[in-house]
Amino acid sequence: MIRFRRGNKRSKPARTVSGAQQEFTFTRRALFVGGVQGALGLALAGRMAYISLAENERYKLLSESNRVNLTLLPPRRGWFIDRYGKPIADNRADFRVDIIPERVTDKQATVRELASLLDLSDEDVTRITKELDEKSGFQPVQVASGLDWERYAAVSVRLPDLPGVSPRQGFSRRYPAGAAVGHLIGYVGTANKEEYDKNKDPLLITPGFKIGKDGLESAFEDSLKGKPGAKRVEVTATGKIVQELTTRSDIPGKPVQLALDVDLHHYAARRLGRESGSVVVIDCQTGGILTLASMPSFDPNSFSDGIGVSEYAWLQQDDHVPLRNKALKGLYPPGSTVKPMHAMAFLQEGVKPTDAIICGGGRRIGNRFFNCWGNHGRTDMARGIYQSCDSYFYHFAQEVGFEKVAAFAHRLGMGAEFPLPVTSQFYGTVPSPSWKQEKYGEPWRTYDTVNASIGQGYYLANPLQLAVMCARLATGKNLMPHLIMDQEPPKPESLGFKDEHIAYVRSAMKDVVNGPGTAGRARLPLDNVLLAGKTGTAQVVSLSVGDGKNTRWKYRDHGLFICFAPYDNPRYACAAVIEHGGGSGAAYPVARDVLTYLYDKRKAMDSLLALEKQWGGDIQQRMASDLALFRARRGNPAPDGSTSGGDAASSQPAEQTT
Amino acid sequence: MNARSNGIVPAPIAELPWKLMLLLFCLAGFGAVVLYSAAGGSLLPWAAPHLLRFTVALGLAIGISRFSPDFWKKMTFPIYGAVLAMLILVELLGQIGGGSQRWLNLGVITLQPSELMKPTIVLTVALFFDRLPASKLHTFDAIWPPLVLMGFPSALVLLQPDLGTTITIVAGGVVVAFMAGLPMRLFVGAGAALAVLAPLAFFFGLQPYQQRRVTTFMDPSADPLGAGYHVNQSAIAIGSGGLWGKGFLDGTQSHLNYLPEGHTDFVFATMAEEWGLVGGIAILIGFALLFSWGFRVALRSNTRYGKLVAAGLTTTIFFYVSINLMMVMGLAPVVGIPLPFLSHGGSSMLTIMICIGLIMSIDRKPGRRGGAFSS
Repeated sequence: MIRFRRGNKRSKPARTVSGAQQEFTFTRRALFVGGVQGALGLALAGRMAYISLAENERYKLLSESNRVNLTLLPPRRGWFIDRYGKPIADNRADFRVDIIPERVTDKQATVRELASLLDLSDEDVTRITKELDEKSGFQPVQVASGLDWERYAAVSVRLPDLPGVSPRQGFSRRYPAGAAVGHLIGYVGTANKEEYDKNKDPLLITPGFKIGKDGLESAFEDSLKGKPGAKRVEVTATGKIVQELTTRSDIPGKPVQLALDVDLHHYAARRLGRESGSVVVIDCQTGGILTLASMPSFDPNSFSDGIGVSEYAWLQQDDHVPLRNKALKGLYPPGSTVKPMHAMAFLQEGVKPTDAIICGGGRRIGNRFFNCWGNHGRTDMARGIYQSCDSYFYHFAQEVGFEKVAAFAHRLGMGAEFPLPVTSQFYGTVPSPSWKQEKYGEPWRTYDTVNASIGQGYYLANPLQLAVMCARLATGKNLMPHLIMDQEPPKPESLGFKDEHIAYVRSAMKDVVNGPGTAGRARLPLDNVLLAGKTGTAQVVSLSVGDGKNTRWKYRDHGLFICFAPYDNPRYACAAVIEHGGGSGAAYPVARDVLTYLYDKRKAMDSLLALEKQWGGDIQQRMASDLALFRARRGNPAPDGSTSGGDAASSQPAEQTT
Repeated sequence: MNARSNGIVPAPIAELPWKLMLLLFCLAGFGAVVLYSAAGGSLLPWAAPHLLRFTVALGLAIGISRFSPDFWKKMTFPIYGAVLAMLILVELLGQIGGGSQRWLNLGVITLQPSELMKPTIVLTVALFFDRLPASKLHTFDAIWPPLVLMGFPSALVLLQPDLGTTITIVAGGVVVAFMAGLPMRLFVGAGAALAVLAPLAFFFGLQPYQQRRVTTFMDPSADPLGAGYHVNQSAIAIGSGGLWGKGFLDGTQSHLNYLPEGHTDFVFATMAEEWGLVGGIAILIGFALLFSWGFRVALRSNTRYGKLVAAGLTTTIFFYVSINLMMVMGLAPVVGIPLPFLSHGGSSMLTIMICIGLIMSIDRKPGRRGGAFSS
């Protein structure tokens, strides 16, 4: 070789090549080519060794995940049951169809085909198309659930032509009480992208699996969820199942028992009728919440199935705000409902029940005269309560000092946030001199005492607080409201009131309903049970706009009523609030019927059914017809704004959280 | 290489290159075993026809080897003309039929002229350099004729469009030219030019599906369900095989159809899944033996034509093997080139065996020993 190269160099000046040199060149270059080939061969061997040895584990796993299709079987969700074991939320076996966006080849054609197979409405098609665009990858989009076998089979047999479509037998959530439990229980839905991205749990994108989205469904997610089952099948690349390998069945989620009496709750929701309001009933022995109704509401059944666009729009535009749980998040000036409590506060501060004032259509407090709503003459504590005399409370609140009254109100649960498994509660305000100083940097004035003494001014409370206040006042025990059924009945501590004081206030409140009081129509239609209560009216706007009754709906006064029964041995305490009901007269019939239901279901149902006839059916029927009307109205583009129901936002009650 | 006649076996049979044929039998037999498994444990539809084709093609190769290199030298230009005519015919039929066509249906057999062009171009360029006077090797006269000879068939095949075959044809001719002794700077220069032109060609010369193959090759995981699917699944098959493989008939990638083209272009992956690295190394050794035989024939040959043809054809087979394996292992874009002796397919088997036959012919008649230098 060396010799040859020298020869080559020597011949270079001639620029010609001899045959012999060509042969050498050939040999040299052939060896070069062969060498390159050998090197490439070694590189290939190295590459193969790298893939099959160094990366063997990884590729084995990939090959296995190719071969074995692990299908998660969504666990059956734990039930919600009420205190008697009656289901509030259960699962219904059904057939369903989902689409896995990632696997769909032609979205439009697939949706069209499914629409004709399953008789989908235009709105469903719009929703599915929208979700198909929004959701990513393997997140399933629900096409339809609750299908009968024929339709399910119709889709199943066409599967080879519908890639990405997944029909399954599964379970869907059912809420027998429908809209009545919407706010309390919440609803379930498929996990959204953010929820899935959090820990990439494959269960979250399993078709048919839903997580709690709101209310208690969301709060008890962990225990309700259960553990998924799994089915391992060997599949070909085209998805044909070769053999089933193993199946592990799911472990259903644990049931959650609530302290609720769902029948009572449902009754209360129905009894609210077309009003916007809420009813809370508390067990006076344990503090368990028997009813936490807020209406109007949404139907969690349709939310859980993927709500239609127009249904959601309908809920959003409603000025009765069906998307807010008013029992916890509605804040209202408690009005006169605080009077029995204030009276108890006075008793604690040494005021004697017999201490009386003269109401002359009002009373001078400090150097100003403040009006009472009536002229009550000589008024002692009992009269002050059952006649709801403002002057009495102006006077003694001023005498005792509102700082002390406010402290007492806090002890009874006003302004409190209770330890409940709910997403949020608005806890309102109990005004006091120190509070005002801190909040506004202004001194407390006489008129502040006057306003606060009758539950107006800065005073704000939610219906649950009113019910708790009423229950504590009625029993003298520090009842804690709770939603979850207690394993053993709690023994609430005494609040330290004297028995005679408790008996006095109970009796005065009994007279509100059964004596010379303000709510005679609230009397229970029962022989042996006497109701004790207190009315309340909360002004929404100043009297200049109207008298609070005969004016536009959103300017009408809120009607409030708190009560308990039986008056001498309280078993149940209740608060009812009707937004813009035009006064307490809207609230106490509701409370009366709800408490009647506890003692005599027949009688209560009879009066409800008669009312529902006037209202146009039960909740479900009314919602269906209202929605149909809304859709029809939306269908033809009538000019907006000409109708009075257009501005929903302005009618919401004042909200304040401090 | 040739076995000596021992008097019992007739000379023509004893003269056959039995060691080589044993090697080929091993490779093709292994191919049949893999195809048997790829069909789910069945001789049909692939394994049996594969063996049959191999046998017929081997017979053809032996037939070819019976003609002397001088005969093939005389036939080179006529063959070139005939294959070129077939390429034009295919193109015309494609035009009339309204679509790309690569095959000529001759009734009993379908021919793929572009395949035949691979050995033909080697013969043609070799013949050109054989005839070229040594003194003209460094002149322009040594450059343009091979370019023209390669240009026509490449253009026709590129029109089909079949990029993989085009590259193989050009590369075959270029390697022959390289070994014939064209100045090194030409190749260095051409390589540099290619580096500049390749990106341009990529963006303006390639069909979208070809572009996708190249981009996918760069990052197969970018499109795991589309164009990268082949490469990914192939890597999974090879990688999951490990050292010893999953065992005969136990491959899941191929049997459950995750591996596309598991019996043709990706047959190596099918093999590697069941036979592991050991099987892969065995095949590489088999091919290494084949190529070293080819180069030894080339070096032993005493004629310039024989040397160039033997080395050129060996390199042509090498192109098949290396491009296929690089593609299967994710080192090259998917270009649709089968693995000789293992992939199921007639045209490539024919081409390979023609190459083998021609090298055997040179092996039998290395030519008169002469010249000043001995090897």
